[in-house]
Amino acid sequence: MQTANLLPLVLVLAVVAYGLAYMRSRAVAAPLGGIRNLKALPFYYAARAALWCAIPALIVLAAWAGFEGKVIQGIVIASLPQDVWPESAGEASLILSQISNVAAGKLNPEFVPEHIVGAASVLETMDDQSENFKAALVLLVAVSGAAFAWTRVSPHINARINVETTLRRIFFVCAALAVLTTAGIVFSVILETIRFFGRVPISDFLFSTSWSPQTALRADQVGSEGAFGVIPLFTGTLLISAIALLVAVPVGLLSAIYLSEYASRRVRSSAKPLLEMLAGIPTVVYGFFAALTVAPFIRELAETVGLEASSQSALAAGLVMGIMIVPFVSSLSDDVINAVPQSMRDGSLALGATQSETMKKVIFPAALPGIIGGILLAASRAIGETMIVVMAAGLAANLTANPLESVTTVTVQIATLLVGDQEFDSAKTLSAFALGMLLFIVTLLLNVVALKIVRKYREQYD
Amino acid sequence: MTDQRSQAEIVRNSLKRRYRKERRFRMYGMLAIFIALASLAILFADIITKGHTGFVKTTITLDVTLDSDMMYLDDPSDEDQLSMADFVAPLIAALQEHIPEADSAAEKRELGRLIGSYGASEVRNLLKDNPDLLNTTQTIEFLAHDRVSTYVKHADNPRYSVKLSEQQQRWVDELQEKGVIDTSFNDVLFSRGDSREPANAGILGAIVGSLLTMVVTLVIAFPVGIAAAVYLEEFAPQNKITDFIEVNINNLAAVPSIIFGLLGLAVFIGLFGMPRSVPVVGGMVLALMTLPTIIISGRAAIKSVPPSIREAAEGVGASKMQVVLHHVIPLAMPGMLTGSIIGMAQALGETAPLLLIGMVAFIVDVPGGFFDSATVLPVQIYLWASSSEQGFIELASAGIMVLLTFMITMNALAIWLRKRLERRW
Repeated sequence: MQTANLLPLVLVLAVVAYGLAYMRSRAVAAPLGGIRNLKALPFYYAARAALWCAIPALIVLAAWAGFEGKVIQGIVIASLPQDVWPESAGEASLILSQISNVAAGKLNPEFVPEHIVGAASVLETMDDQSENFKAALVLLVAVSGAAFAWTRVSPHINARINVETTLRRIFFVCAALAVLTTAGIVFSVILETIRFFGRVPISDFLFSTSWSPQTALRADQVGSEGAFGVIPLFTGTLLISAIALLVAVPVGLLSAIYLSEYASRRVRSSAKPLLEMLAGIPTVVYGFFAALTVAPFIRELAETVGLEASSQSALAAGLVMGIMIVPFVSSLSDDVINAVPQSMRDGSLALGATQSETMKKVIFPAALPGIIGGILLAASRAIGETMIVVMAAGLAANLTANPLESVTTVTVQIATLLVGDQEFDSAKTLSAFALGMLLFIVTLLLNVVALKIVRKYREQYD
Repeated sequence: MTDQRSQAEIVRNSLKRRYRKERRFRMYGMLAIFIALASLAILFADIITKGHTGFVKTTITLDVTLDSDMMYLDDPSDEDQLSMADFVAPLIAALQEHIPEADSAAEKRELGRLIGSYGASEVRNLLKDNPDLLNTTQTIEFLAHDRVSTYVKHADNPRYSVKLSEQQQRWVDELQEKGVIDTSFNDVLFSRGDSREPANAGILGAIVGSLLTMVVTLVIAFPVGIAAAVYLEEFAPQNKITDFIEVNINNLAAVPSIIFGLLGLAVFIGLFGMPRSVPVVGGMVLALMTLPTIIISGRAAIKSVPPSIREAAEGVGASKMQVVLHHVIPLAMPGMLTGSIIGMAQALGETAPLLLIGMVAFIVDVPGGFFDSATVLPVQIYLWASSSEQGFIELASAGIMVLLTFMITMNALAIWLRKRLERRW
């Protein structure tokens, strides 16, 4: 039976268990003189039965569904004659896809070697068996869980405490999922990165100035090595982020100041949501705008001034990205400006300073750490942004500081290296994970520092 | 005395300059807001000017004589004959009725190119389904070839007409005058999946894909997010573990989205062997990405429930869990819903992580389930925007308008919910 069908079935069983336990608890209570003689309300006995039915069964189901594919693949490979055992992971995945295509009837069995056909039938029987075993096991666990809870419906056991403890544990697991996600990220990038550094020395990766991940098919081809120097990617990322911040910081900061200090209530209540809207627009829309409107415009503009601009310029991507992060800067600065105590403002104004002098000489210095924290967060946003640069910045890894040329970024390379079919084993694919790790570390550092500054600053005035 | 007066004088004299500075500073602020809002306006205007033509389709309506000699087809129920028959000939003949001047073989060929490449298969399918129509005359509506469509939609802009020969342009003008070529609302856009030809491509597949993905995201992220928020606000002891979880959540909220794509690729696809390009994996990745947003807004909502309510419930003997389940969560629900809708809107617009888990494949069929290969709206927009054909650019902008409509609706719903349901204590 399919996982998709088993899931609702388990839930139905849980509901049945709920109903049965509810009736039983009333039946148990009846001779004692009503449910007030039970340790807990019938609801709790019923809920406990439902939990006992569903949770173990769902855990079994998830574990089985998670590892079924890998285990079956291993068995199928092992069933092949010894002399055709695949030597590398790439070869294995090729053979496996052949086998599964034969099994699914997409590939005519006459076109493939006999051992593949044999393996395909193994795969088919294994799949069937796995489905059957899975269904049997899951249902068994669900029914026995429910039965166990049913036998424990007794006036002496306080089911409420059981249910509440279980619920609290579930809540804890949900909260801990965030840790698990982080662990998953770290695990997924680190393993591949270590394998990558097994092929490309870490010093080459960090300090070499050329990037061309296209490894050749034959070993004797020119440039078959591929070059994995991250410096041009990093300068490209920094160039675009710097342009973005040059746009976003003044515009965001000044709008925040205007909205919090000068604007009337009406202006603020209409301008603020509109500004926030900039943050809500999907990045692919900004990418479209940058690639098809801003980039050609910049090119034409540069040509009229006599400059040469590439059709995919860092400037276009940076400008549009700057517009995108304006609301981050403005809403974070707005928060910190508002957090500066009113007494400081009043004191300055009472001494005869104008509003702008108060802003520049009193509030801004007081809010500066918070604003810097906000800018760091915006910078991490800019560095990690993908779609705008994928669509508007280009692929060529130029080591340049000229904003009119096309540059490439870390995120662009991750996306292009991993889109489409890829062998899981080549240095090219692995390099994307190394870049991912680099990106994760850099953004993490920026975030940690920024959050620390913002928090420290908040405590100061609270 | 003199000293004080001179000071007052200095102040008075400097006032003009200071006020000027004040006004200038104010101007800068207004300018900044203007720049931001103007960019927003330009963005919308640009998308609408580029995309409104995407909602229009160009059709050619012809009285086609389904002549069996012309098509070399005697029996439409015979598969072999169907595969050999010439379905273009009757179309050209029908066009020739309107444009008699085209009679050389080359001109006929040119004429035939006005009809989209699916015209012939449309005739074929018609005959296959209704074999009795052979040797009758039928009025059939075809989608015009993409070049014709672009030419007709941008009649006033010579940049878009270059792909048609001058002769063809003349013919198209003539046919338009006769009402054979006409434009109407593009229902194809909302009823089909992707296609290699802009005129035949639609976003229904992408919309359904987005919907399936969002359902998975919602089913995972909403309950888990709320449970996590409740735990952290109500049950978590003040210790290192809780601190660690909180730091993790705050950092996850700021991790670049593409990193979540790497996670999905390495863990869900690589480790668990899940299929590529399916809404289930996409939904799971997006759920992990949205979780921090939902948790953070959920916590804020729980915090806003006044302690007096908790104390009152505890006072009449409710357990901690009963207080939470019966009082705190129902009261915090509007705030949690608002945060979740905003998080879902973000997830709906997300592209980068889905690229990595293979949701960029070219998929013609509308997905029918959670395990079918699918693409989503923003990825479809990306795919079309990367094409060089004018027809696809139009479609991409039209797709953006549809996507933005969805997102604005969701955000408006969130605001309405907040206004309607949120209680202030």
